[in-house]
Amino acid sequence: MSTGLDATEQRPKSALATLRRGLRMMPEFRQGLPATFALSLIATAGRVVVPIAVQQTLDRGLGAPGGPDLPLVRWLVAACAVIVVVTGVAVYRMNVRLFRTTETALAGLRVRAFRHVHDLSVLHQQGQRRGSLVSRVTSDVDQLSVFMQWGGVLGLVSLGQLVVATVVMAVYSWQLTLLVLVCFVPLAVAIKFFARRLAHVYGIVRERVGDVLAAVGESVVGAPTVRAYGIRARTAARIDTAITRHYEASVRAQRTTAAVYVSGEFVAAVANAAIVVVGVLLGIGGHISAGTLVAFLFLVTLFVSPVQTASEVLNEAQNAVAGFRRVLDVLDTEPDVRDPAAGRTLPPGPLDVRFEHVTFAYAPGARPALTDVDLAIAARTRVAIVGETGSGKTTFAKLVTRLMDPTGGRVLVGGVPVDEVAFSSLRERVVMVPQDGFLFDASVADNVRYGRPGLTDAQITAAFEELGLGDWLGGLPDGVATPVGQRGESLSAGERQLVAVARAYVADPDLLVLDEATSAVDPATEMALTRALDTLTSGRTTLTIAHRLSTAERADEVLVVDAGRVVQRGRHDELVDAEGPYARLHASWRRSSGRTPETIA
Amino acid sequence: MSRRRTPDPAAGTRPSAPDERKDVVRRGLRHVARSIREQPGIFTWAVLGSSLYGGMTVASAYVVGGVTDRVVLPAYDDGDTSAAALTLAALVIMAVAVLKIVGIIGRRLFAGIMSYRLQADYRRRVTGQYLRLPLSWHQRHPTGQLLSNANSDVESAWYFVSPLPFAVGALVMIGITVAALLLTDPLLAVVGFVVFPLVFVINAVYSQVMSPRMARAQQLRAEVSEIAHESFDAALVVKTLGREQSETDRFAERAYELRDGLVAVGRVRGLFDPLMEALPNLGTLAVLLVGAERVAGGATDAGELVSIAYLFTLLALPIRAIGWVLADLPRALAGFDRVAPVLAATGETPHGPDAAPAGTGGAALAVDDLTFGYDGVARPTLEGVTFDVAPGRTLAVVGPTGSGKSTLAGLLVRLVDPSTGQVLLDGVDLRTLREGEVSTQAAFVPQGTFLFDDTVRGNVTLGGPWDDDEVWAALRTAAADDFVSRLPEGLDTRVGERGASLSGGQRQRLALARAVVRRPRLLVLDDATSAVDPAVEARILDALRAGDHPVTVVVVAYRQATIALADEVVWIDRGRLVARGIHAELLAQVPGYARLVQAYQPPEDSPTALQEVPA
Repeated sequence: MSTGLDATEQRPKSALATLRRGLRMMPEFRQGLPATFALSLIATAGRVVVPIAVQQTLDRGLGAPGGPDLPLVRWLVAACAVIVVVTGVAVYRMNVRLFRTTETALAGLRVRAFRHVHDLSVLHQQGQRRGSLVSRVTSDVDQLSVFMQWGGVLGLVSLGQLVVATVVMAVYSWQLTLLVLVCFVPLAVAIKFFARRLAHVYGIVRERVGDVLAAVGESVVGAPTVRAYGIRARTAARIDTAITRHYEASVRAQRTTAAVYVSGEFVAAVANAAIVVVGVLLGIGGHISAGTLVAFLFLVTLFVSPVQTASEVLNEAQNAVAGFRRVLDVLDTEPDVRDPAAGRTLPPGPLDVRFEHVTFAYAPGARPALTDVDLAIAARTRVAIVGETGSGKTTFAKLVTRLMDPTGGRVLVGGVPVDEVAFSSLRERVVMVPQDGFLFDASVADNVRYGRPGLTDAQITAAFEELGLGDWLGGLPDGVATPVGQRGESLSAGERQLVAVARAYVADPDLLVLDEATSAVDPATEMALTRALDTLTSGRTTLTIAHRLSTAERADEVLVVDAGRVVQRGRHDELVDAEGPYARLHASWRRSSGRTPETIA
Repeated sequence: MSRRRTPDPAAGTRPSAPDERKDVVRRGLRHVARSIREQPGIFTWAVLGSSLYGGMTVASAYVVGGVTDRVVLPAYDDGDTSAAALTLAALVIMAVAVLKIVGIIGRRLFAGIMSYRLQADYRRRVTGQYLRLPLSWHQRHPTGQLLSNANSDVESAWYFVSPLPFAVGALVMIGITVAALLLTDPLLAVVGFVVFPLVFVINAVYSQVMSPRMARAQQLRAEVSEIAHESFDAALVVKTLGREQSETDRFAERAYELRDGLVAVGRVRGLFDPLMEALPNLGTLAVLLVGAERVAGGATDAGELVSIAYLFTLLALPIRAIGWVLADLPRALAGFDRVAPVLAATGETPHGPDAAPAGTGGAALAVDDLTFGYDGVARPTLEGVTFDVAPGRTLAVVGPTGSGKSTLAGLLVRLVDPSTGQVLLDGVDLRTLREGEVSTQAAFVPQGTFLFDDTVRGNVTLGGPWDDDEVWAALRTAAADDFVSRLPEGLDTRVGERGASLSGGQRQRLALARAVVRRPRLLVLDDATSAVDPAVEARILDALRAGDHPVTVVVVAYRQATIALADEVVWIDRGRLVARGIHAELLAQVPGYARLVQAYQPPEDSPTALQEVPA
């Protein structure tokens, strides 16, 4: 977020470029735009009616050669009243049109950005903080919407107002028009400076808001720690500092805004004084009428409000443009893992896996996470992949499921290169259960059904029974109808994983990849579950990234990954007696799970 | 400990039900009065500024009229003017403008200060409550709700204060205008009596019509945001199951609903804005119509006509400030209604008068018939748990997921108080100790490690009086000295929000060092070493228990390696202490215990399996 703002301050000129890019990405926005513009012209034209009416009343009504011409005044007022009403209707129509088009366009932008985030590869998704991705489709777009509903209309009308007022002035008297413009020129120049100043002070405010959020978070998320260590006073002091700093920055920003706001007022007063002095002199020379002079005093007020509007809107506008740019940046990010154009379907039946000289690095130039892996896994086998943290096990799983594409070499599933398989076919037949099996805020059944829409509750209950989880399900207050809470928080981490495994199980894939899918499940339940999976997965290919070697002991084959290479391969009982990393890993695991009697003594 | 939260039934209810809507204006005005009561001084200054601005706005209109009458028209009629008259006119215009500017600055600055002060004040009060209220209160409220209570809810509760003095100033201005109109010409005053009440009526109708629409838009915004949060958090699941399209459909449905909601808001505002603009304009025209007749009839003069026409033009903006305040009140009330329960919440943990018994080395811990239940949950989480730990001994608490182990750990250091029974430290009930005394005796390392956005040093000392040598010693004991010395700035390295720059194991070891540096007499570890290598874990515990005065340790654990380090084990199942003894005894006597800790044993290793093998 802060990088986006810095960029704004560094290249303020690209606001127009952003707008052009944005219009390209929001086709809805262009619909009916000419009519809206026509309405906006009428809307601004209506604003000069009153000064003209005043001038006409003074000069031609009251100052008529044969004494006051009251019928003329009546006719004039009636005509102007009609114009005011018509203007009002035009403004209403314009507003509604503008709101409808912009909101439709923004909704489209929101949905496209949302879809795009899902289309980005896991690498991109993980490279950004989740919260910032959410902001792209929420607060950034909200800010644009708020700005369009308020500042956008105001800005548009203000600009039109300036133009129309200038034209009317020029028709009345070019000398006085020149005078007014001379008075306002310094302000027009200063606006740029004001904009920078406002961006600066509000930038600080935003930063401080972040500090307050973080400090408040400590009192909520850190509540147990604060209590256990008796540091209430210290935490309160930290929060207090953050709040005070935010307060001070806000007051400073308010000072700047006030200064910008009154600058318009001051210039208007100078202009008024100048109009009176110069106008009277011009009038004596017979160049302008008294009514014209007074009309100018009215017209100057039309110059003030745009400046004041600008002081309120500028900051919002900068925020909105910065947010807009961030949304467009997301849309501009090319998904590096794409659904192939004419995707193939995977052959029916069990699937085998082949890695052909596969190399993968998370960033160009970085040490590869996998180096030249070349192997084949036969269909219907259960393979465990083991290795230390950071050895490349998970990378293996992500390449098989095409969450990422290899840097070199290729991956084949069922004999087809995975990057040629249509996503629809790949995701149906190859399913991975990640370590953090995220649950939606719905019932257990709904979460399991997510893997295969249309399953009945009875079928889902049956699936839990098949997985040996019937007892666990029975312990829930409402069985499969039990709500899991936000992010599944009503369940423990282990219970969440059980639901995630069930979800993948009902999807009935031909290739199942388990990435430490049961790491938080208590040992007894985990063993029951893996035994059930063993029997149920016979007939399909299973790849298990194992953190506990109990899985490896039961697998048909074990792949030992070390520093990005497959260093050992074979059955557990062969490997455990062989010289090599597996024997070491296994010994260490035996110690930590307490299986050697010596450590107990 | 944070599991099974019961959602707060008060959360999410909004005061927008139709029968309550009539109430909005009355309750809103009471809320306005509350803001004034809280900051009377600043409010007075702001209103003074605003009134100065209002008075000068009216004055400027009369200056324009006066200048027209006394300088412009005579000069045009006579074809001559004096330098003195022109200078005076210019000076008066400037003087009024400068006073008006002073008024504007005063109004804006003091209004801003008032609004920010109220926000800062309420943030302090809300977070003060967060720190004061017991952990059990926290467990009943979702984290997200508490965060938004302190931030966005407080902000929306007082946002209307910014235009409030402006609105009050506008009232003053209208009062002055009506008086001036009456003095100038009673017939012209009639125009004012029609226009101004109409402005109020339209504003009132506007806020009535707007408030439910705003509430609905806000609600939809929150729903859109919820879906985005959930869906992006679930990105991996969505991808691996190929559900991108259905997620997009789900999001699009709500996004277009929000679009409709915002267009509905826009339709009302789109009508309101031109109405508020047209009204003063029509007023000016009416003034011209009536005024021209009066001037022709000799009842008033052209200058006064110009003054009043100009005044109507100038009044257009301030009058709208009244609308801003009224329109924002529903949102303010909704925000305040969410903050108020936090401020009203009671249940501060009561503390006794006693100091903890002094002593070096391990403390004696006794748990006596402890029962604990979470609110709204029928079955108590812990029931009748009794055990004791002799000074310097290590006890492992073992049990299946959800058996109440973490709750027990929290009770030992008085994060929560038991429903019945007591926890005794050296024979003294924790509840009789002064505030802060428990933490001088006992250190607790929770399951989920929490680090502050501070330096490594700050996270270890938490502001306590330990010097760098002691910090390094603690880091060494916690096996964290290696990675800390490799950090770019050593002890001064900032760990980022929640320790984001460190790995899980590193965070756990820092949290351990935090406990160790305090040389506690009782150390409670709630599965706090799960990401630490078993050998390192053994070294850490050995260091703590070494010497003449070993620390008393209670450790919640799954790993057999951890359990093996304990002198004794208690087995907890469904909130009850089922068995107690040394590891080998429990293994032999308690089937559930054996099943849990030996789950990884391949069948051929386990005693039961051995019996099944045919001889």
